Amino acid sequence: MSVINELIPPRPAPAVLERPLTAAKVVGMGVLVLWAILAMGLLSMVIEGWDPAKFERYGPRYLNGLWTTISLVGISIVLGAILSLPIAFARMSKNRVLNAIAYAYVYVFRSTPLLAQLFLIYYGLGSFRPQLESVGLWWFFREAWYCGLFSLTINTAAYQAEILRGAIQSVPRGQHEGAAALGISKRITFLKVILPQALIVALRPYGNEIILMIKGSAVVAIVTVFDLMGETRYAFSRTFDYQTYLWAAIFYLSMVEALRHLWAFLERRLTRHLTR
Amino acid sequence: MSGWLSALFDTLDPFCGPIGLFSWFGTGTLVACGDAGWGDEIAFGVKVTISLALATLPVGLVIGFLIALAAQSQEKMLRLAAGIYTTIFRGLPELLTLFIVYYGAQMMLQSVTAAFGYDGRIEINAFVAGMVALAVVFSSYSSEVLLSAFRAIPRGQYEAGDALGLRRWRTMILIILPQLIRIALPGLTNLWLILLKDTSYVSVIGLADIVRQTGIAARVSKEAFFFYFIACLLYLILAMISSFGLGFVERWAKRSEVAR
Repeated sequence: MSVINELIPPRPAPAVLERPLTAAKVVGMGVLVLWAILAMGLLSMVIEGWDPAKFERYGPRYLNGLWTTISLVGISIVLGAILSLPIAFARMSKNRVLNAIAYAYVYVFRSTPLLAQLFLIYYGLGSFRPQLESVGLWWFFREAWYCGLFSLTINTAAYQAEILRGAIQSVPRGQHEGAAALGISKRITFLKVILPQALIVALRPYGNEIILMIKGSAVVAIVTVFDLMGETRYAFSRTFDYQTYLWAAIFYLSMVEALRHLWAFLERRLTRHLTR
Repeated sequence: MSGWLSALFDTLDPFCGPIGLFSWFGTGTLVACGDAGWGDEIAFGVKVTISLALATLPVGLVIGFLIALAAQSQEKMLRLAAGIYTTIFRGLPELLTLFIVYYGAQMMLQSVTAAFGYDGRIEINAFVAGMVALAVVFSSYSSEVLLSAFRAIPRGQYEAGDALGLRRWRTMILIILPQLIRIALPGLTNLWLILLKDTSYVSVIGLADIVRQTGIAARVSKEAFFFYFIACLLYLILAMISSFGLGFVERWAKRSEVAR
């Protein structure tokens, strides 16, 4: 039988290992310093080149442009959502013809650049002026703003239709069958069982789509719409001041970041019941 | 050598060669080849678009890979630096990035050469500016795709590499990269299609791509709808060819996967 006669005296905690200076650390520091230098350079450029006259002249124009961008994106997202409903349902229908038409629409609008679509609508349809006048639609296709809105809408409708279809089809079959077993009608099943689950799946892609639209809407500046980008180009063409682009970058970045955080919050809030 | 090679390319030219689209169907119309129509100009635009996208792809992929490595590193500062990069370039419109690169690089070069006593006007090559801007945007998106692919590879794979006595970069090349490509390929395919569409923005800074060439044709001939329709059609065809080709690549990447 062994007996403990003496205890091991308490020892100090092991010394904290000093983290070695790895290559990763050096590179990280270097890049951060580079970022800091860049930020400082841009900041000093803004401060040095600060001109109250320019600010007074172009500041309100920028805010106007910001409003144009926001309203353009907002309206086209809503109209696109409405237009995407029939497309998404046509895409899911068993009717071959409907399905093919919807597929062709989505494929064409997703695989051609927004810029080419915009030119096709603004300049291309402009060459059908007599026909459009006789139908009474010329007032619409004459304005660059309406043309921008139209092309953004039909473009986002294609994307949103795919988002909606993917989300609805991601709801498991068992949910349909369960609702059918309970004797719930098809319409109520869709509205109260399928759609709520689908929209949670679709939430993140919808947020990405809005961000893509904010960024994509800059192209309307090329067809003379004075959105944020258009005002920036106007200011740059008058002043040849590089700052104009920096201000646009700040506006766009803060818009996108705000939306991203809002969306993260919404997602956390709406999926509370799903977290374990 | 280069003589018959260029002759071969001339023969296989899909637009204005002997078996070209425009030389067969375009004769006598607005898209005829040569001085009679716009066929050869548009063909040149297609070439520029394709070469810009192909030139951007490797640069963007390499930068994106490095950013993804930085974003999953243990070092906090490296992660922060990578985070700043992706946040900025994913948040800016591609068009704005293009202008910032184009005018910014021009001004920076001008101030540098002014410091050395040269006062001439400096014009940056639109192709290079477009390539840099598109590569920056492409890399920030591809880094996200590659990062999620990295996360899908279990730790055990790295540990197995260590157990075999492989060096870190050998582990990366022999074990991680083949799996990474397979996992990231669908996402990268998407990004390639987006890149192909984004090349249209360089027409704004004066590079003679599809949109610019068809735009010139549209303005001169006053047949805007016809020519912009052709532009859309060409992008559509490019997208179809890409997804067809990338389907093969995907099958190739999955060749070692067990059939389930």
